[in-house]
Amino acid sequence: MEDTSLNWVVMIEIALQKILKSSTGEMKLDLKMQFEEGKLITIYGKSGAGKSTLLMLLAGLMNPEKGYISMGKDVWTDTSKNIFLPPQKRNIGFVFQEYALFPNMTVRENLCFGLGKGQSKAIVDKLVDIIDLGQLQNRKPNTLSGGQKQRVALARALVSQPRMLLLDEPLSALDHEMRLKLQSYILEVHKEFGLTTLLISHDVSEIIRLSDFMIEMDQGSLVRQGNPADMFTNDRVNAKFQFTGEVIGMVKQDFIVIVTVLIGKDLVKVIANDQEASSLEIGDKVLIASKAFNPIIHKIS
Amino acid sequence: MIDWNPLFLTFKLALITTVLLLIISIPLAYWLAHTRSRIKPIAETLVSMPLVLPPTVIGFYMLLAFSPSNAFGDWLDQWLGVRLVFSFEGLVLGSLIYSLPFMVHPIQAGFANLSPSLQNASYVMGKSKFTTLMRVLLPNMKPSLLTGIILAFAHTIGEFGVVLMIGGNLSGKTRVASIAIYDEVESLNYAAANSYSLILFGITFIILLMVYLVNGGYFTKLGRDD
Repeated sequence: MEDTSLNWVVMIEIALQKILKSSTGEMKLDLKMQFEEGKLITIYGKSGAGKSTLLMLLAGLMNPEKGYISMGKDVWTDTSKNIFLPPQKRNIGFVFQEYALFPNMTVRENLCFGLGKGQSKAIVDKLVDIIDLGQLQNRKPNTLSGGQKQRVALARALVSQPRMLLLDEPLSALDHEMRLKLQSYILEVHKEFGLTTLLISHDVSEIIRLSDFMIEMDQGSLVRQGNPADMFTNDRVNAKFQFTGEVIGMVKQDFIVIVTVLIGKDLVKVIANDQEASSLEIGDKVLIASKAFNPIIHKIS
Repeated sequence: MIDWNPLFLTFKLALITTVLLLIISIPLAYWLAHTRSRIKPIAETLVSMPLVLPPTVIGFYMLLAFSPSNAFGDWLDQWLGVRLVFSFEGLVLGSLIYSLPFMVHPIQAGFANLSPSLQNASYVMGKSKFTTLMRVLLPNMKPSLLTGIILAFAHTIGEFGVVLMIGGNLSGKTRVASIAIYDEVESLNYAAANSYSLILFGITFIILLMVYLVNGGYFTKLGRDD
Protein backbone atom coordinates (compact mmCIF):
# COMPACT_ATOMS: atom_id res chain seq x y z
CA MET A 1 0.00 0.00 0.00
CA GLU A 2 2.93 2.36 -0.61
CA ASP A 3 2.24 5.63 -2.22
CA THR A 4 4.28 5.97 -5.39
CA SER A 5 4.68 9.71 -5.06
CA LEU A 6 7.57 11.31 -3.24
CA ASN A 7 5.35 11.85 -0.28
CA TRP A 8 5.56 8.49 1.50
CA VAL A 9 3.04 9.19 4.18
CA VAL A 10 -0.59 9.00 3.17
CA MET A 11 -2.47 11.90 4.70
CA ILE A 12 -6.13 11.95 5.53
CA GLU A 13 -7.58 15.38 5.01
CA ILE A 14 -10.92 16.46 6.31
CA ALA A 15 -12.77 19.76 6.04
CA LEU A 16 -16.46 19.62 6.79
CA GLN A 17 -19.36 21.95 7.34
CA LYS A 18 -22.85 20.87 8.24
CA ILE A 19 -25.81 22.33 10.11
CA LEU A 20 -26.99 19.85 12.72
CA LYS A 21 -30.53 20.02 13.99
CA SER A 22 -31.17 18.60 17.41
CA SER A 23 -33.70 18.94 20.19
CA THR A 24 -31.67 21.76 21.71
CA GLY A 25 -31.57 23.77 18.50
CA GLU A 26 -29.21 24.19 15.61
CA MET A 27 -25.46 23.74 15.75
CA LYS A 28 -22.89 24.24 13.08
CA LEU A 29 -20.37 21.50 12.63
CA ASP A 30 -17.30 23.15 11.17
CA LEU A 31 -13.94 21.49 11.37
CA LYS A 32 -10.76 21.01 9.49
CA MET A 33 -8.04 18.53 10.30
CA GLN A 34 -5.45 16.29 8.81
CA PHE A 35 -3.51 13.33 10.07
CA GLU A 36 -1.28 10.52 8.90
CA GLU A 37 -2.56 7.13 7.90
CA GLY A 38 -1.95 4.37 10.44
CA LYS A 39 -2.53 6.45 13.57
CA LEU A 40 -4.94 5.73 16.38
CA ILE A 41 -6.81 8.94 17.03
CA THR A 42 -9.26 9.60 19.81
CA ILE A 43 -12.07 12.10 19.58
CA TYR A 44 -12.96 13.54 22.95
CA GLY A 45 -15.68 15.96 23.95
CA LYS A 46 -19.04 16.46 25.60
CA SER A 47 -22.05 14.65 24.26
CA GLY A 48 -23.66 16.69 21.52
CA ALA A 49 -20.31 18.08 20.40
CA GLY A 50 -20.69 16.42 16.98
CA LYS A 51 -18.34 13.46 17.49
CA SER A 52 -20.70 10.79 16.19
CA THR A 53 -21.68 13.02 13.30
CA LEU A 54 -18.02 13.28 12.32
CA LEU A 55 -17.80 9.48 12.12
CA MET A 56 -21.05 9.28 10.13
CA LEU A 57 -19.69 11.87 7.69
CA LEU A 58 -16.44 9.93 7.33
CA ALA A 59 -18.37 6.73 6.65
CA GLY A 60 -20.60 8.43 4.08
CA LEU A 61 -23.72 7.65 6.09
CA MET A 62 -24.32 11.40 6.14
CA ASN A 63 -23.17 14.05 3.74
CA PRO A 64 -21.86 17.52 4.57
CA GLU A 65 -23.26 20.70 3.09
CA LYS A 66 -19.77 21.79 2.22
CA GLY A 67 -16.36 20.21 2.42
CA TYR A 68 -14.13 17.34 1.44
CA ILE A 69 -12.69 14.11 2.78
CA SER A 70 -9.71 12.48 1.16
CA MET A 71 -7.41 9.63 2.03
CA GLY A 72 -4.22 10.07 0.04
CA LYS A 73 -5.31 10.22 -3.59
CA ASP A 74 -8.76 8.76 -2.92
CA VAL A 75 -11.42 11.40 -2.65
CA TRP A 76 -14.43 10.25 -0.65
CA THR A 77 -16.35 13.48 -0.46
CA ASP A 78 -15.91 16.72 -2.35
CA THR A 79 -18.94 18.96 -2.42
CA SER A 80 -17.33 21.35 -4.93
CA LYS A 81 -17.08 18.51 -7.47
CA ASN A 82 -20.27 16.83 -6.31
CA ILE A 83 -18.40 13.70 -5.23
CA PHE A 84 -20.18 11.66 -2.57
CA LEU A 85 -18.73 8.18 -2.50
CA PRO A 86 -21.40 5.89 -1.00
CA PRO A 87 -20.58 4.08 2.28
CA GLN A 88 -20.42 0.76 0.39
CA LYS A 89 -17.36 1.94 -1.55
CA ARG A 90 -15.31 3.58 1.20
CA ASN A 91 -13.99 0.36 2.65
CA ILE A 92 -14.50 1.37 6.23
CA GLY A 93 -15.02 -0.67 9.36
CA PHE A 94 -17.57 0.80 11.76
CA VAL A 95 -18.29 -0.32 15.31
CA PHE A 96 -21.52 1.20 16.59
CA GLN A 97 -22.19 2.07 20.20
CA GLU A 98 -25.20 -0.26 20.34
CA TYR A 99 -23.29 -3.05 18.57
CA ALA A 100 -25.74 -3.31 15.60
CA LEU A 101 -25.24 -7.06 15.25
CA PHE A 102 -27.83 -8.68 13.00
CA PRO A 103 -30.14 -10.61 15.37
CA ASN A 104 -31.25 -13.03 12.66
CA MET A 105 -27.72 -14.34 12.07
CA THR A 106 -25.33 -16.33 14.23
CA VAL A 107 -21.98 -14.80 15.21
CA ARG A 108 -20.26 -16.54 12.31
CA GLU A 109 -22.98 -15.52 9.86
CA ASN A 110 -22.63 -11.93 11.07
CA LEU A 111 -18.92 -12.06 10.23
CA CYS A 112 -19.39 -13.84 6.89
CA PHE A 113 -21.99 -11.26 5.86
CA GLY A 114 -19.12 -8.78 5.55
CA LEU A 115 -17.24 -10.85 2.99
CA GLY A 116 -17.06 -9.42 -0.50
CA LYS A 117 -17.93 -11.49 -3.56
CA GLY A 118 -15.42 -14.32 -3.93
CA GLN A 119 -13.47 -13.24 -0.85
CA SER A 120 -11.91 -16.14 1.04
CA LYS A 121 -13.27 -17.07 4.45
CA ALA A 122 -9.70 -17.21 5.77
CA ILE A 123 -10.04 -13.68 7.15
CA VAL A 124 -13.08 -14.74 9.19
CA ASP A 125 -11.11 -17.58 10.75
CA LYS A 126 -8.19 -15.28 11.42
CA LEU A 127 -10.41 -12.73 13.20
CA VAL A 128 -12.18 -15.44 15.18
CA ASP A 129 -8.73 -16.49 16.30
CA ILE A 130 -7.38 -13.03 17.19
CA ILE A 131 -10.52 -11.91 19.02
CA ASP A 132 -11.19 -15.30 20.67
CA LEU A 133 -14.64 -15.90 19.25
CA GLY A 134 -14.22 -19.64 18.74
CA GLN A 135 -16.72 -20.64 21.41
CA LEU A 136 -19.31 -18.11 20.30
CA GLN A 137 -19.47 -18.78 16.57
CA ASN A 138 -22.81 -20.57 16.53
CA ARG A 139 -24.56 -18.37 19.08
CA LYS A 140 -27.15 -15.74 18.20
CA PRO A 141 -26.35 -12.15 19.30
CA ASN A 142 -29.29 -12.07 21.73
CA THR A 143 -27.60 -14.73 23.85
CA LEU A 144 -24.32 -12.80 24.25
CA SER A 145 -23.17 -10.41 26.98
CA GLY A 146 -22.32 -6.79 26.18
CA GLY A 147 -18.60 -7.46 26.03
CA GLN A 148 -19.06 -10.49 23.80
CA LYS A 149 -21.32 -8.52 21.47
CA GLN A 150 -18.76 -5.77 21.18
CA ARG A 151 -16.01 -8.26 20.37
CA VAL A 152 -18.17 -9.69 17.60
CA ALA A 153 -18.90 -6.18 16.33
CA LEU A 154 -15.17 -5.39 16.30
CA ALA A 155 -14.36 -8.58 14.40
CA ARG A 156 -17.20 -8.03 11.96
CA ALA A 157 -16.04 -4.50 11.16
CA LEU A 158 -12.68 -5.92 10.05
CA VAL A 159 -13.90 -8.71 7.75
CA SER A 160 -13.86 -6.50 4.67
CA GLN A 161 -10.24 -5.62 5.53
CA PRO A 162 -10.82 -1.88 5.76
CA ARG A 163 -8.11 0.74 5.80
CA MET A 164 -9.98 2.83 8.32
CA LEU A 165 -11.75 1.72 11.47
CA LEU A 166 -14.31 3.96 13.15
CA LEU A 167 -15.39 3.23 16.72
CA ASP A 168 -18.30 5.16 18.23
CA GLU A 169 -17.90 4.90 22.02
CA PRO A 170 -17.50 1.16 21.73
CA LEU A 171 -16.61 0.54 25.35
CA SER A 172 -18.86 2.94 27.22
CA ALA A 173 -21.39 0.27 28.23
CA LEU A 174 -18.82 -2.21 29.51
CA ASP A 175 -17.45 -2.79 32.98
CA HIS A 176 -13.85 -2.01 33.82
CA GLU A 177 -12.37 -5.45 33.27
CA MET A 178 -14.15 -5.94 29.97
CA ARG A 179 -12.96 -2.50 28.88
CA LEU A 180 -9.33 -3.39 29.47
CA LYS A 181 -9.77 -6.59 27.47
CA LEU A 182 -11.47 -4.84 24.58
CA GLN A 183 -8.82 -2.11 24.61
CA SER A 184 -6.18 -4.78 24.10
CA TYR A 185 -8.10 -6.25 21.18
CA ILE A 186 -8.47 -2.82 19.60
CA LEU A 187 -4.75 -2.14 19.95
CA GLU A 188 -3.93 -5.57 18.58
CA VAL A 189 -6.05 -5.33 15.43
CA HIS A 190 -4.99 -1.73 14.90
CA LYS A 191 -1.38 -2.87 14.65
CA GLU A 192 -2.01 -6.22 12.98
CA PHE A 193 -4.01 -4.75 10.09
CA GLY A 194 -2.19 -1.41 9.82
CA LEU A 195 -5.42 0.47 10.36
CA THR A 196 -6.15 4.13 10.67
CA THR A 197 -8.42 4.12 13.70
CA LEU A 198 -10.71 6.85 14.98
CA LEU A 199 -12.17 6.23 18.41
CA ILE A 200 -14.70 8.24 20.34
CA SER A 201 -14.06 7.99 24.06
CA HIS A 202 -14.77 9.80 27.31
CA ASP A 203 -12.44 7.69 29.39
CA VAL A 204 -9.18 9.48 30.13
CA SER A 205 -7.15 6.39 30.99
CA GLU A 206 -8.47 4.67 27.88
CA ILE A 207 -7.44 7.61 25.73
CA ILE A 208 -3.97 7.80 27.23
CA ARG A 209 -3.51 4.06 26.90
CA LEU A 210 -4.72 3.68 23.33
CA SER A 211 -4.20 6.75 21.26
CA ASP A 212 -1.30 8.34 19.44
CA PHE A 213 -3.13 11.58 19.07
CA MET A 214 -6.33 13.14 20.29
CA ILE A 215 -8.66 15.87 19.28
CA GLU A 216 -11.18 17.58 21.47
CA MET A 217 -14.43 18.80 20.01
CA ASP A 218 -16.94 21.26 21.40
CA GLN A 219 -20.03 22.74 19.76
CA GLY A 220 -19.14 21.20 16.40
CA SER A 221 -15.61 22.60 16.30
CA LEU A 222 -12.18 21.27 17.00
CA VAL A 223 -11.00 23.07 20.13
CA ARG A 224 -7.72 21.33 20.98
CA GLN A 225 -5.50 18.64 19.57
CA GLY A 226 -2.29 16.97 20.56
CA ASN A 227 -0.66 14.21 22.54
CA PRO A 228 -3.20 12.75 25.00
CA ALA A 229 -0.90 12.65 28.01
CA ASP A 230 0.07 16.30 27.49
CA MET A 231 -3.48 17.41 26.98
CA PHE A 232 -4.78 15.91 30.20
CA THR A 233 -1.97 17.06 32.42
CA ASN A 234 -0.98 20.45 33.54
CA ASP A 235 2.30 22.07 32.61
CA ARG A 236 3.46 22.32 36.21
CA VAL A 237 3.67 18.57 36.52
CA ASN A 238 7.00 17.30 35.39
CA ALA A 239 7.12 13.79 36.62
CA LYS A 240 9.08 10.65 36.07
CA PHE A 241 6.10 8.37 36.59
CA GLN A 242 2.40 8.98 36.66
CA PHE A 243 -0.88 7.13 36.83
CA THR A 244 -4.46 8.12 36.26
CA GLY A 245 -7.27 6.93 38.47
CA GLU A 246 -10.55 7.76 40.07
CA VAL A 247 -11.18 9.21 43.52
CA ILE A 248 -13.36 6.81 45.48
CA GLY A 249 -12.95 8.13 48.99
CA MET A 250 -11.64 11.04 51.06
CA VAL A 251 -11.02 11.05 54.80
CA LYS A 252 -10.00 14.20 56.63
CA GLN A 253 -7.51 13.82 59.46
CA ASP A 254 -6.24 16.90 61.28
CA PHE A 255 -4.51 19.00 58.64
CA ILE A 256 -4.41 16.46 55.89
CA VAL A 257 -6.83 14.51 53.79
CA ILE A 258 -6.31 10.88 52.86
CA VAL A 259 -7.58 10.33 49.36
CA THR A 260 -8.29 6.80 48.16
CA VAL A 261 -7.76 6.42 44.43
CA LEU A 262 -8.63 3.50 42.19
CA ILE A 263 -5.89 2.94 39.64
CA GLY A 264 -6.76 0.06 37.39
CA LYS A 265 -7.78 -2.57 39.92
CA ASP A 266 -5.58 -1.28 42.72
CA LEU A 267 -6.50 1.03 45.56
CA VAL A 268 -3.93 3.64 46.44
CA LYS A 269 -3.97 6.04 49.39
CA VAL A 270 -2.51 9.45 48.78
CA ILE A 271 -2.09 12.29 51.23
CA ALA A 272 -3.33 15.65 50.10
CA ASN A 273 -3.39 19.00 51.85
CA ASP A 274 -6.60 20.93 52.44
CA GLN A 275 -6.07 23.12 49.45
CA GLU A 276 -5.51 20.21 47.09
CA ALA A 277 -8.40 18.25 48.53
CA SER A 278 -10.83 21.13 48.24
CA SER A 279 -10.83 20.83 44.44
CA LEU A 280 -11.53 17.09 44.57
CA GLU A 281 -14.76 15.18 44.73
CA ILE A 282 -15.52 11.49 44.78
CA GLY A 283 -15.72 10.27 41.19
CA ASP A 284 -13.13 12.77 39.85
CA LYS A 285 -10.46 11.54 37.47
CA VAL A 286 -7.08 12.32 38.91
CA LEU A 287 -3.45 12.06 38.01
CA ILE A 288 -1.03 10.64 40.56
CA ALA A 289 2.54 11.59 39.84
CA SER A 290 5.75 11.48 41.75
CA LYS A 291 7.54 14.78 42.17
CA ALA A 292 10.62 14.70 44.33
CA PHE A 293 9.64 12.22 47.05
CA ASN A 294 5.96 12.75 47.72
CA PRO A 295 3.43 11.69 45.18
CA ILE A 296 1.28 14.67 44.34
CA ILE A 297 -2.33 14.40 43.41
CA HIS A 298 -4.19 16.69 41.14
CA LYS A 299 -7.41 16.88 39.17
CA ILE A 300 -7.32 16.35 35.41
CA SER A 301 -10.87 16.70 34.18
CA MET B 1 -75.17 -29.19 0.96
CA ILE B 2 -74.01 -25.63 0.41
CA ASP B 3 -72.39 -24.30 -2.74
CA TRP B 4 -68.64 -24.19 -2.02
CA ASN B 5 -67.93 -21.78 -4.84
CA PRO B 6 -68.37 -18.56 -2.81
CA LEU B 7 -65.95 -19.81 -0.15
CA PHE B 8 -63.44 -20.90 -2.76
CA LEU B 9 -63.74 -17.51 -4.45
CA THR B 10 -63.32 -15.68 -1.14
CA PHE B 11 -60.04 -17.44 -0.35
CA LYS B 12 -58.76 -17.07 -3.90
CA LEU B 13 -59.47 -13.33 -3.71
CA ALA B 14 -57.88 -13.03 -0.25
CA LEU B 15 -54.79 -14.95 -1.33
CA ILE B 16 -54.18 -12.99 -4.53
CA THR B 17 -54.86 -9.69 -2.75
CA THR B 18 -52.46 -10.56 0.08
CA VAL B 19 -49.61 -11.56 -2.24
CA LEU B 20 -49.99 -8.44 -4.38
CA LEU B 21 -50.33 -6.22 -1.30
CA LEU B 22 -47.14 -7.63 0.21
CA ILE B 23 -45.21 -6.79 -2.95
CA ILE B 24 -46.67 -3.27 -3.08
CA SER B 25 -46.52 -2.53 0.64
CA ILE B 26 -42.86 -3.33 1.39
CA PRO B 27 -41.46 -0.50 -0.79
CA LEU B 28 -44.34 1.81 0.15
CA ALA B 29 -43.91 1.18 3.89
CA TYR B 30 -40.11 1.56 3.59
CA TRP B 31 -40.59 4.91 1.92
CA LEU B 32 -43.14 6.07 4.50
CA ALA B 33 -40.90 4.99 7.38
CA HIS B 34 -37.82 6.82 6.07
CA THR B 35 -38.93 9.77 3.98
CA ARG B 36 -38.82 13.37 5.12
CA SER B 37 -40.74 14.49 2.07
CA ARG B 38 -43.44 17.09 2.47
CA ILE B 39 -46.01 14.89 0.79
CA LYS B 40 -45.61 12.19 3.44
CA PRO B 41 -48.70 13.30 5.47
CA ILE B 42 -50.80 13.23 2.31
CA ALA B 43 -49.53 9.79 1.35
CA GLU B 44 -50.19 8.50 4.88
CA THR B 45 -53.69 9.92 4.83
CA LEU B 46 -54.48 8.30 1.51
CA VAL B 47 -53.16 4.93 2.68
CA SER B 48 -55.28 5.16 5.85
CA MET B 49 -58.49 6.42 4.21
CA PRO B 50 -59.97 2.94 3.69
CA LEU B 51 -59.91 2.48 7.47
CA VAL B 52 -62.61 5.09 7.99
CA LEU B 53 -64.30 5.56 4.63
CA PRO B 54 -67.47 3.47 4.15
CA PRO B 55 -66.55 0.66 1.76
CA THR B 56 -69.51 1.63 -0.37
CA VAL B 57 -67.83 4.97 -1.11
CA ILE B 58 -64.72 3.23 -2.48
CA GLY B 59 -66.95 0.82 -4.41
CA PHE B 60 -69.10 3.61 -5.76
CA TYR B 61 -66.21 5.65 -7.16
CA MET B 62 -64.56 2.57 -8.58
CA LEU B 63 -67.82 1.62 -10.22
CA LEU B 64 -68.05 5.07 -11.77
CA ALA B 65 -64.43 5.12 -12.86
CA PHE B 66 -64.33 1.68 -14.40
CA SER B 67 -67.76 1.61 -15.98
CA PRO B 68 -67.36 1.24 -19.78
CA SER B 69 -69.80 4.11 -20.20
CA ASN B 70 -67.13 6.43 -18.80
CA ALA B 71 -64.04 7.64 -20.62
CA PHE B 72 -61.51 5.80 -18.41
CA GLY B 73 -63.47 2.55 -18.27
CA ASP B 74 -64.02 2.74 -22.01
CA TRP B 75 -60.30 3.29 -22.60
CA LEU B 76 -59.46 0.25 -20.42
CA ASP B 77 -62.00 -1.82 -22.31
CA GLN B 78 -60.93 -0.69 -25.79
CA TRP B 79 -57.19 -0.61 -25.42
CA LEU B 80 -56.34 -3.15 -22.75
CA GLY B 81 -59.37 -5.37 -23.03
CA VAL B 82 -59.94 -5.34 -19.27
CA ARG B 83 -63.31 -4.75 -17.80
CA LEU B 84 -63.01 -4.09 -14.07
CA VAL B 85 -66.71 -3.73 -13.34
CA PHE B 86 -68.53 -6.95 -12.40
CA SER B 87 -65.39 -9.02 -12.84
CA PHE B 88 -62.94 -10.85 -10.56
CA GLU B 89 -60.10 -8.52 -11.62
CA GLY B 90 -62.21 -5.61 -10.42
CA LEU B 91 -62.66 -7.34 -7.06
CA VAL B 92 -58.91 -7.76 -6.73
CA LEU B 93 -58.29 -4.06 -7.43
CA GLY B 94 -61.02 -3.03 -5.00
CA SER B 95 -59.62 -5.33 -2.31
CA LEU B 96 -56.09 -3.98 -2.83
CA ILE B 97 -57.25 -0.48 -2.02
CA TYR B 98 -59.59 -1.59 0.76
CA SER B 99 -56.98 -3.69 2.62
CA LEU B 100 -53.93 -1.52 1.89
CA PRO B 101 -53.68 0.09 5.38
CA PHE B 102 -53.85 -3.31 7.07
CA MET B 103 -50.71 -4.38 5.27
CA VAL B 104 -48.83 -1.05 5.18
CA HIS B 105 -49.24 0.01 8.82
CA PRO B 106 -47.65 -3.01 10.54
CA ILE B 107 -44.79 -3.12 8.03
CA GLN B 108 -44.17 0.62 8.36
CA ALA B 109 -44.08 0.25 12.15
CA GLY B 110 -41.70 -2.69 11.70
CA PHE B 111 -39.26 -0.59 9.66
CA ALA B 112 -39.51 2.33 12.08
CA ASN B 113 -38.72 0.07 15.05
CA LEU B 114 -35.50 -1.29 13.57
CA SER B 115 -32.41 0.52 14.79
CA PRO B 116 -30.96 2.64 11.96
CA SER B 117 -27.53 1.25 12.80
CA LEU B 118 -28.51 -2.18 11.43
CA GLN B 119 -28.95 -0.62 8.03
CA ASN B 120 -25.85 1.54 8.44
CA ALA B 121 -23.77 -1.46 9.48
CA SER B 122 -24.85 -3.34 6.37
CA TYR B 123 -24.04 -0.35 4.11
CA VAL B 124 -20.53 0.10 5.50
CA MET B 125 -20.03 -3.64 5.00
CA GLY B 126 -20.49 -2.92 1.30
CA LYS B 127 -24.00 -4.27 0.90
CA SER B 128 -26.51 -2.68 -1.48
CA LYS B 129 -29.88 -1.33 -0.40
CA PHE B 130 -31.64 -4.36 -1.87
CA THR B 131 -29.36 -6.91 -0.16
CA THR B 132 -29.74 -4.98 3.09
CA LEU B 133 -33.52 -5.06 2.77
CA MET B 134 -33.73 -8.76 1.97
CA ARG B 135 -31.08 -10.12 4.33
CA VAL B 136 -31.02 -7.69 7.25
CA LEU B 137 -34.18 -5.60 7.51
CA LEU B 138 -37.01 -7.98 6.52
CA PRO B 139 -35.69 -11.03 8.44
CA ASN B 140 -35.59 -8.92 11.61
CA MET B 141 -39.19 -7.76 11.36
CA LYS B 142 -40.94 -11.07 10.79
CA PRO B 143 -43.69 -10.39 13.37
CA SER B 144 -44.62 -7.16 11.55
CA LEU B 145 -44.71 -8.93 8.19
CA LEU B 146 -46.81 -11.73 9.63
CA THR B 147 -49.24 -9.25 11.22
CA GLY B 148 -49.59 -7.40 7.90
CA ILE B 149 -50.13 -10.59 5.91
CA ILE B 150 -52.72 -12.00 8.25
CA LEU B 151 -54.64 -8.79 8.82
CA ALA B 152 -54.80 -8.08 5.09
CA PHE B 153 -55.91 -11.64 4.40
CA ALA B 154 -58.57 -11.63 7.13
CA HIS B 155 -59.80 -8.18 6.21
CA THR B 156 -60.22 -9.17 2.56
CA ILE B 157 -62.28 -12.19 3.64
CA GLY B 158 -64.51 -9.81 5.57
CA GLU B 159 -65.18 -7.22 2.90
CA PHE B 160 -68.69 -6.69 1.66
CA GLY B 161 -69.49 -3.15 0.53
CA VAL B 162 -66.70 -2.72 -2.01
CA VAL B 163 -67.31 -6.14 -3.46
CA LEU B 164 -71.02 -5.65 -3.78
CA MET B 165 -70.67 -2.25 -5.45
CA ILE B 166 -68.01 -3.16 -7.95
CA GLY B 167 -68.55 -6.88 -8.41
CA GLY B 168 -72.23 -7.36 -7.97
CA ASN B 169 -73.40 -10.87 -7.24
CA LEU B 170 -72.42 -13.09 -10.15
CA SER B 171 -72.25 -16.75 -9.21
CA GLY B 172 -68.78 -18.24 -9.65
CA LYS B 173 -67.34 -14.85 -10.68
CA THR B 174 -67.94 -12.26 -8.00
CA ARG B 175 -70.20 -13.91 -5.45
CA VAL B 176 -67.86 -14.21 -2.49
CA ALA B 177 -68.95 -15.73 0.82
CA SER B 178 -70.01 -12.48 2.49
CA ILE B 179 -72.32 -11.74 -0.40
CA ALA B 180 -73.60 -15.29 -0.56
CA ILE B 181 -74.66 -14.93 3.10
CA TYR B 182 -76.58 -11.76 2.31
CA ASP B 183 -78.12 -13.45 -0.71
CA GLU B 184 -79.22 -16.53 1.25
CA VAL B 185 -80.77 -14.41 4.01
CA GLU B 186 -82.68 -12.41 1.42
CA SER B 187 -84.14 -15.65 0.07
CA LEU B 188 -84.92 -16.71 3.66
CA ASN B 189 -82.49 -19.62 3.34
CA TYR B 190 -81.17 -19.33 6.90
CA ALA B 191 -79.55 -22.76 7.08
CA ALA B 192 -77.17 -22.03 4.17
CA ALA B 193 -76.48 -18.53 5.53
CA ASN B 194 -75.63 -20.08 8.87
CA SER B 195 -73.20 -22.57 7.28
CA TYR B 196 -71.28 -19.85 5.48
CA SER B 197 -71.29 -17.65 8.57
CA LEU B 198 -70.04 -20.36 10.87
CA ILE B 199 -67.21 -21.26 8.51
CA LEU B 200 -66.11 -17.61 8.18
CA PHE B 201 -66.43 -17.12 11.94
CA GLY B 202 -64.25 -20.14 12.67
CA ILE B 203 -61.61 -19.32 10.08
CA THR B 204 -61.20 -15.67 11.01
CA PHE B 205 -61.06 -16.61 14.70
CA ILE B 206 -58.24 -19.06 14.05
CA ILE B 207 -56.34 -16.63 11.84
CA LEU B 208 -56.44 -13.80 14.37
CA LEU B 209 -55.61 -16.14 17.23
CA MET B 210 -52.48 -17.12 15.32
CA VAL B 211 -51.38 -13.47 15.14
CA TYR B 212 -51.77 -12.95 18.86
CA LEU B 213 -50.08 -16.22 19.71
CA VAL B 214 -47.11 -15.58 17.46
CA ASN B 215 -46.63 -11.91 18.33
CA GLY B 216 -47.33 -12.54 21.99
CA GLY B 217 -44.25 -14.74 22.07
CA TYR B 218 -46.07 -18.00 22.82
CA PHE B 219 -44.22 -19.66 19.96
CA THR B 220 -40.85 -17.95 20.48
CA LYS B 221 -39.16 -21.11 21.64
CA LEU B 222 -40.19 -22.82 18.45
CA GLY B 223 -39.67 -19.79 16.24
CA ARG B 224 -36.34 -18.32 17.40
CA ASP B 225 -34.07 -21.27 16.96
CA ASP B 226 -35.27 -22.02 13.42
